[in-house]
Amino acid sequence: MSLRARLRREWMLLVMMAPAALLLLVFHYIPTLGNVVAFQDYDPFAGDNPLQAFLHSPFVGFGNFRALFGDPLFWDALWNTLSITAFQLVFFFPLPILLAILFNSVLSGRLRAFIQTVVYLPHFFSWVLVVTIFVQMIGGAGLLSQQLRQAGFGGLDIMTNPDTFILLITAEAVWKDAGWGMIIFLAALSTIDSTLYEQSAVDGAGRWRRLWHITLPGLRPVIVLLLILRLGEALSVGFEQFLLQRDAVGSQAAEVLDTFIYYQSIATGNYGYGTAAGLFKAALGLLLILAANKVAHLLGERGVYSTS
Amino acid sequence: MTISRAGQRRRAKGAPVWEEPPSLLGQAGKSTVLTAVVLAVVVPLWTVVVTSLSSREAINDAGGLVIIPRDFDISAYRILFAGGQVAWALWTSVLVTVIGTAVSLVVTVLAAYALSRPGTIGHRGMLFYFLLTFLIYPGLVPSYLVVTGLGMKDSIWALIAPSAVSVFNLVVVRAFFQGIPQELTDSARLDGAGDFRILTRIMLPLSKAVVAVVGLFYAVGYWNIWFTAVLYIDDNNKSPIQRVLQTYILAGQTPQFSGTQTTLPPTLSIKMAIVMVTIAPIVLVYPFIQRHFIKGVITGAVKG
Repeated sequence: MSLRARLRREWMLLVMMAPAALLLLVFHYIPTLGNVVAFQDYDPFAGDNPLQAFLHSPFVGFGNFRALFGDPLFWDALWNTLSITAFQLVFFFPLPILLAILFNSVLSGRLRAFIQTVVYLPHFFSWVLVVTIFVQMIGGAGLLSQQLRQAGFGGLDIMTNPDTFILLITAEAVWKDAGWGMIIFLAALSTIDSTLYEQSAVDGAGRWRRLWHITLPGLRPVIVLLLILRLGEALSVGFEQFLLQRDAVGSQAAEVLDTFIYYQSIATGNYGYGTAAGLFKAALGLLLILAANKVAHLLGERGVYSTS
Repeated sequence: MTISRAGQRRRAKGAPVWEEPPSLLGQAGKSTVLTAVVLAVVVPLWTVVVTSLSSREAINDAGGLVIIPRDFDISAYRILFAGGQVAWALWTSVLVTVIGTAVSLVVTVLAAYALSRPGTIGHRGMLFYFLLTFLIYPGLVPSYLVVTGLGMKDSIWALIAPSAVSVFNLVVVRAFFQGIPQELTDSARLDGAGDFRILTRIMLPLSKAVVAVVGLFYAVGYWNIWFTAVLYIDDNNKSPIQRVLQTYILAGQTPQFSGTQTTLPPTLSIKMAIVMVTIAPIVLVYPFIQRHFIKGVITGAVKG
């Protein structure tokens, strides 16, 4: 069929794609090209609008990157980010898996539905709301402190203590998303052939052996998939959560790459510098996801995408 | 034959016959953990509701947040809805959520349908164009420059347009469309139906579950917008509700209300009432859509 004939038949599909494609062009791909600002000493007042300012700002080569790599605050933010990722990989990542296995043994349909409704709910709360609830519950003037004071103890300072901040943000992340994280493992558990359990039980395998030899291997592809996605996102540990609590605990503990980028750019007007930091983060993130995917393929897993 | 004590313990109803009866310790441990998990969510929400409905005396006697309700006082809500910044913020958020969700759903469903027809013109190229957004993303500053450059500051479109298309949601809907048997669309096409007709008359009626879930995801995203508003909305009267929650509850400023009364209720109950109006829409809508989650989320997760 000629292109003209195909166009006559399929033009509607192109029209249908157009709005989404256009939105992505304007708010995704054009800004991606805008990363050129990273190589500029961008001056927002060099023109009437950002485009004019961009055209009139001088290029400085890799100057912003040189400054970035010589900035101790940048290395602190990178270190904080990676520490939090590592910490949460150990203390957050396994929780949804354990919760799903535990929950899967609850048989009553009504109880299952009730628990699911309750534990998925916080996932839909904003970070502002989650932090507000934590302040009200365990903050210095919160419910727990209030009870402790009435019982003759001192109040809590966990919302403002930089030394325990990593525990606090992990607890918040667990409260918000551990329940929701369970959903994908529950789906994977439901696809495991139940006759496998029956046969192995008949063969004398106990509860724990069945867990080790049937349940966990059944979950492995999903676990690997989520691990890859998490590693690819190793440089993003959440932005609003940190921005909201940065004042309370100080930047020493709460500065991560994303907050660093914000404070070094829009908050202070140093656009070129912040863009350089953002571009560095995006490039490293891309490398990480490609590498993690490669490793998964080498280990014989499906990975996030295949090259076929 | 003697029956051991363990053997006498009844299996849970519905448990397979080959499964060992549960041990007491295991049962107790499991119940404790699940109860703790449920309480961790329920207790904070309960406290917020009760405190928002408590009088000044009840809050003073409790020394702060109230767990056990003593009286029922809706004056905090009266003040919120009488007008002023919180009422304005609620209106803004409702507007952004309703308009944004409608726009997002239309744009997403149209593109998802078009991308679910393999072998059509530019199919592979366009699919690549959409999926590439997962790997390459613009970063904060360039996005900020584009949105402000388009003159969208202090417009609710700044809260809607940049996040109007979620490619993740698009992939979920597309996967669902692809699961609909080809025979249905083929026979419609033989009857002379065009693509738009096939989408609205055949695909959409079969895809209510996934559209509901994706619609909820979009709606929650718009309702929860906070940082985008910090960036683009300077006008206090156009702030969304999350911004109000942050400035008045977390940062502790005092909101302005119209029709100020002489006997003000305790500010704690007003604060908790603001928290409540932020939570309420989510809690009211979400349970109706929750039963579709597995269908909606998993089709996308498995195929995408």
